[in-house]
Amino acid sequence: MSTLLTVKQLVSQRAGRTLFADLSFTLQHGDVLHIEGVNGAGKSTLLRALVGLVQLQGGTVEYHHDDWRTQLVFMGHKAGIKAELTALENVTLQARLDGYADVDPWQLLATVGLLGLEDLPAGQLSAGQQRRIALTRLWYSAAPLWVLDEPFTALDSDGIALLQQRFAEHTAAGGAIIMTSHQSLTWQPDQLQRLRISGDDE
Amino acid sequence: MWRWLHPYAKPEVVYRLLGRWLPWVAAAAALTLGAGLVWGLVFAPADYQQGDSYRIIFVHVPTAMLSMSLYVALAISALVGRVWQLKMADWALAAIAPVGATLTFISLATGAIWGKPMWGTWWEWDARLTSQLILLFLYIGVLALYHAFSDNRNGAKAAGILAMVGVINIPIIRYSVEWWNTLHQGATLTVFERPPMANSMLFPLLISILGFGLLAAALIFHRMRNEILRQELRRPWVKNEFGKELNEAERT
Amino acid sequence: MTQASSWTAFSTVMRRDLMVVMRRRSDVLNPLLFILMVVSLFPLAVGPGPDILGRIATGVIWVAALLSALLGSERLFRDDFLDGTLEQLTLSPHPLSLLAAAKIVVHWLLSGLPLVILAPICALLLKLPSEAWLTLLATLVAGTPILSAITAIGAALTVSLGRGGALLSLLLLPLFIPLLIFASGAVEAALVGTAAWPQVLLLTGLSLLTLLLAPFAVAAAIRVSVN
Repeated sequence: MSTLLTVKQLVSQRAGRTLFADLSFTLQHGDVLHIEGVNGAGKSTLLRALVGLVQLQGGTVEYHHDDWRTQLVFMGHKAGIKAELTALENVTLQARLDGYADVDPWQLLATVGLLGLEDLPAGQLSAGQQRRIALTRLWYSAAPLWVLDEPFTALDSDGIALLQQRFAEHTAAGGAIIMTSHQSLTWQPDQLQRLRISGDDE
Repeated sequence: MWRWLHPYAKPEVVYRLLGRWLPWVAAAAALTLGAGLVWGLVFAPADYQQGDSYRIIFVHVPTAMLSMSLYVALAISALVGRVWQLKMADWALAAIAPVGATLTFISLATGAIWGKPMWGTWWEWDARLTSQLILLFLYIGVLALYHAFSDNRNGAKAAGILAMVGVINIPIIRYSVEWWNTLHQGATLTVFERPPMANSMLFPLLISILGFGLLAAALIFHRMRNEILRQELRRPWVKNEFGKELNEAERT
Repeated sequence: MTQASSWTAFSTVMRRDLMVVMRRRSDVLNPLLFILMVVSLFPLAVGPGPDILGRIATGVIWVAALLSALLGSERLFRDDFLDGTLEQLTLSPHPLSLLAAAKIVVHWLLSGLPLVILAPICALLLKLPSEAWLTLLATLVAGTPILSAITAIGAALTVSLGRGGALLSLLLLPLFIPLLIFASGAVEAALVGTAAWPQVLLLTGLSLLTLLLAPFAVAAAIRVSVN
């Protein structure tokens, strides 16, 4: 399998404190990278730096593809859902903005178990249900790399199972996942890497 | 292939370099500023129209010129910071802005003081004074934005964008204010536009301009060094440089 | 990504923002009422004589325009920042400046366009002589896009700060000065019977220049804010 991403010597400091230094790894197709660390260790900062949202104090992140933005799905702490719009509208617009104009939003809502709630404003849904709307991305996107910050947050056990099943399909098809999670995975990927960042390495 | 570069600059090199230059620049500033001001305020002849009150130009003109150029310098360092992703340029921005704002304020205040004997009023909506006032507003905006961010790096980047937007706007603002001024006031007495100056007044003025420039440079170098130290406080090179002082500070 | 799909993204951002606003009707109506109230306060403050009102009318309408642009600035990016859509826009494969341009258009539709529509009523309330109406309308059409574009830069710079209001006005009002000067100059020229078109033309030029450059500044500012 070919290399998707090479990360070299990343350095992150916050308020004069070093969160991590000299952090390097490579990610192949089919890999799952589980980033571990205590609260405030810099996991979210690392993920956001990988997708170019945050600038770090040193190092390089190298995508082995010219149009890297099309190769990527990022999901952070915030769901990215408009509370005023219905679930159906959210899915449709979100897919179109991501560059997938011809998705079937009904099909996607059925997949994540939101059928019957499609015409309620998303603001009236629960946190887990809003999360599910955002997660439809993982079903329509063709991007090989998923960068997910705490993807299981607010999901019930059915939701977690559904998501892990989708992860398995994705990696089997040659996709790669970088994720943080406080929950231990019940699913065992073939190519699992663990990366532990400790808050204080001085 | 796409790369995200997170470059690693060497602040300690800049810190030491500025440290080496600072005494020389400061000494030159003291010398030229002293010479220019003493010559201008004491020895230069009085103006045949304005008497001694014209002497304020030895402060007013240098600060007004510098205030403008420092804003341009601010925008240039912001541009450098954006294009080459140099954090040093971001810190330069933080070092320049307060100096520029202070000089702008001094030029405004001296302009107003000069206005009192000339126009009989402290404030006249003269085109140049008004432009200077707006420049002060622009400086205040940059400073306020910089300090509004809890993270200085983001603050510097945001303030830099504002400075670049501002510098594009400055010619438009100047032109519009001048146009507005001619529209509303016709010909007021402008003390600023005068026949060519006699050499006995021009030379001290040029020396004062140089002196204020050097003073601004010295202040900026000093602020820049402070800024570097503040940002790099916990880095090893600072500990090496100030090992003794830091230990003493911790003990007390 | 192809050109066509970037335009789809442009229209999708516009559609989404307009749909969100339409779900909260008061956001559409309040700026209109705000402008009307500001305008009707002035006759109460300076007296209803047509000579005074006619002279200050342009200034009042334009100041109302500045205020209503600032009032609508919150709506531009705040919700998107809080719910995470701004982050997703930043990561979208389309040029961020194009999506920022869509935001500017939406802001203009909700704060600039209402003003253009209300201008005749405002001119009536402030007893602006009728020979200047057309010029006033022309300056508003040419000038309000500048307001929206520059407001968007400021809003994008301050969106992560939470308490942006006063700071935003501090940043933006100096940048609006040329606009205020040329627009009121044009109307004044029309009032005294001289040609107003040079100023209107100048405003149009400035407007095009601003609209061309502002999206890049907004995009850069968004990237700083989501950092």
